[in-house]
Amino acid sequence: MGHERRRQPLRRLPVSRKGEGVLEIYVLQLFNGISVGSILLLVALGLAFSFGLMGVINMAHGEFIMIGAYVPYVLQQAIGGGASDPFGLSFLLAIPLAFAATGVLGIVLERSLIRFLYGRPLDTLLATWGVALMLQQAARSIFGAPNVQVTSPGWLNGGLAVTAGLVLPYKRLFILVLMVACVAAIAVYLTQSSAGRRMRAVMQNRDIAACLGVATPTVDATTFGLGAGLAGVAGCAQALLGPIGPALGTYYIVDAFMVVVLGGVGQLAGTVAAAMIIGLVNTAFEFGSTATVGKAMVLVLVIFFLRWKPAGLVALRSR
Amino acid sequence: MEGSMTRRRARLSGPLARELAIVAGIGVLLIVVAPLLLSEFRIALLAKFLTLAIVALAIDLAWGYTGMLSLGHGVFFALGGYALAMHMKLEAAKDGLPDFMGWSGLRELPWFWAPFEYSGFALLMVIAVPAALAFAVGSLVFRGRVQGIYFSIITQALALIGTLVFVGQQAYTGGTNGMTNFSTLFGFPLAESSVQTGLYVTTVLCLGLVYGLLRWLTGSRAGAVLVAIRDQENRLRFFGYDPAAIKLAVFMLSAAIAGIAGALYVPQVGIISPANMGVVPSIEMVIWVAVGGRGTLVGPIVGALLVNAAKSGLSESFPDIWQYFLGAMFVGAVVLFPDGLIGATKRGIRALSMRRTAIAPSSAEPSTAQAVAPSAPGIALPRPVEVGS
Repeated sequence: MGHERRRQPLRRLPVSRKGEGVLEIYVLQLFNGISVGSILLLVALGLAFSFGLMGVINMAHGEFIMIGAYVPYVLQQAIGGGASDPFGLSFLLAIPLAFAATGVLGIVLERSLIRFLYGRPLDTLLATWGVALMLQQAARSIFGAPNVQVTSPGWLNGGLAVTAGLVLPYKRLFILVLMVACVAAIAVYLTQSSAGRRMRAVMQNRDIAACLGVATPTVDATTFGLGAGLAGVAGCAQALLGPIGPALGTYYIVDAFMVVVLGGVGQLAGTVAAAMIIGLVNTAFEFGSTATVGKAMVLVLVIFFLRWKPAGLVALRSR
Repeated sequence: MEGSMTRRRARLSGPLARELAIVAGIGVLLIVVAPLLLSEFRIALLAKFLTLAIVALAIDLAWGYTGMLSLGHGVFFALGGYALAMHMKLEAAKDGLPDFMGWSGLRELPWFWAPFEYSGFALLMVIAVPAALAFAVGSLVFRGRVQGIYFSIITQALALIGTLVFVGQQAYTGGTNGMTNFSTLFGFPLAESSVQTGLYVTTVLCLGLVYGLLRWLTGSRAGAVLVAIRDQENRLRFFGYDPAAIKLAVFMLSAAIAGIAGALYVPQVGIISPANMGVVPSIEMVIWVAVGGRGTLVGPIVGALLVNAAKSGLSESFPDIWQYFLGAMFVGAVVLFPDGLIGATKRGIRALSMRRTAIAPSSAEPSTAQAVAPSAPGIALPRPVEVGS
């Protein structure tokens, strides 16, 4: 199968090789777990909200990550990264740009395809998979099949040396900060803004919200665009960590679904907790044995958890 | 079996007998006429597509009839294939280790490989291993009332993990390359064209048997229960049925059928690898069913043949276009033709015949005329149409 998606070793984590104290290794593992979880969270937030709001699973969500990751690349090609951009401004500029680009794309996708499929979640899944295939092929046609590298800003190289054996890479710290900023912004949006309140209202009871004058189609499109934009930001974060390619999105998508299933639909707190748990469990088992066992354990954990609490960690309460 | 079936059917009404005649006719066409007309290469390709049509039937049983969209059937297909491949590797090894084990530094045959030396055991495992995995996953999932999209996501994760396990355990599974370089199957040399023809005929017969089994199952009262699970699971539960047990049984049967298809695939194609089991091949299997028409038994077969024929035609000469085409097929099959080619054809035929009868003044009824109006995109999935009706 020539079109088989290549699995990329994107999540190769920095592991201390010097054999220092046990504590440092554990702290580093914890840090790595949170770091993996934070990218997962950015990816899963959009999925969780569109699933909670519209009951659809967007298989093309991974491709928003991929597109978001290509934005800094394109910008650097245009501006000319490296010497002509000593402060890495192009990368900082790329983050809001990626949010905007993927957000608009998300709204277009929702308006042109997904809104016709409400109430048919399994069909949406298949149709968006088709969109994902086309987007991947488009990336392959435009940028070529081989992976490309985004030059990360100079000030993100190196790491914060807590002790001699414990160095926290600045890139991962930056991603952590980016994640916290995004989650804080989402939390403010949900609880403080009127748009966020409308969104929560539609999520709790679409019909009643519509009766009370909420324009539910607008809410659907906005939410979808917001989720896609967050995936674009996650793509920028991913571009810091390694080479990017057309099949980048497929790497995260299954894990992101697991986060949605575990966290419960449409709940910020549940999604945050689930992303961190899955990130930590993944890295813990990867550290203890192999990546395969880690992934398998996550699946078993999620299945058992679903038997215990079918609605996820934080269930949406509505009457 | 054949005799008793015809005897029973002969007493039954006309359409059933006619359907049996059509199926038998297609069988004869495939077994007798096709090898005379087509080249050996074409027959090999057709044989491969027919094994894939068996998987499509398996998915249709789970999805089209029972409403469980499995995105992990590639795993069951590949497990069946691996079970037979293990036997063939041991046959090829001649008292030694399969070649890839030596490359990975293994000196002794692992204990779970040893019984695969016996062909009966291997054939049993072709069915038992996929069914056992389906039981393990299904008993956890269905009892917890995991439904709809959750089930799809979990089966997709199963496909991902299955691939990772088989790639990771290189010493026992052959890793990314999988298993290949077979010489014989049950003592018959695979390179001989007569053996390949035999495998082709076996495939056609298996497809016929699976079709017959599913035709009987879906036409029976049990079939009505399956459709009820798809459409209104909770209501069925209130009636006193146990949907979880029924879904588990259907999922296991579907997995076993996929395993058989995998076992037929391996000796004809000559290789089985994790590339047959992953997320991408698994979801492609679903599109065959969607294109052909879910909830019918002819649809998946037609879909599997057409899509794979298009793939082998397009992907070799224009791989880029093939990807766009495949993507468009997913979107189109869902948005424009939710009941697939078979459904669209039936609608077309009925609309034509309606128009013809509408000219006659007596039989024009407004309500039925409305019912066959071509559906606009976005409407709910029409009720699947029974094959023989």
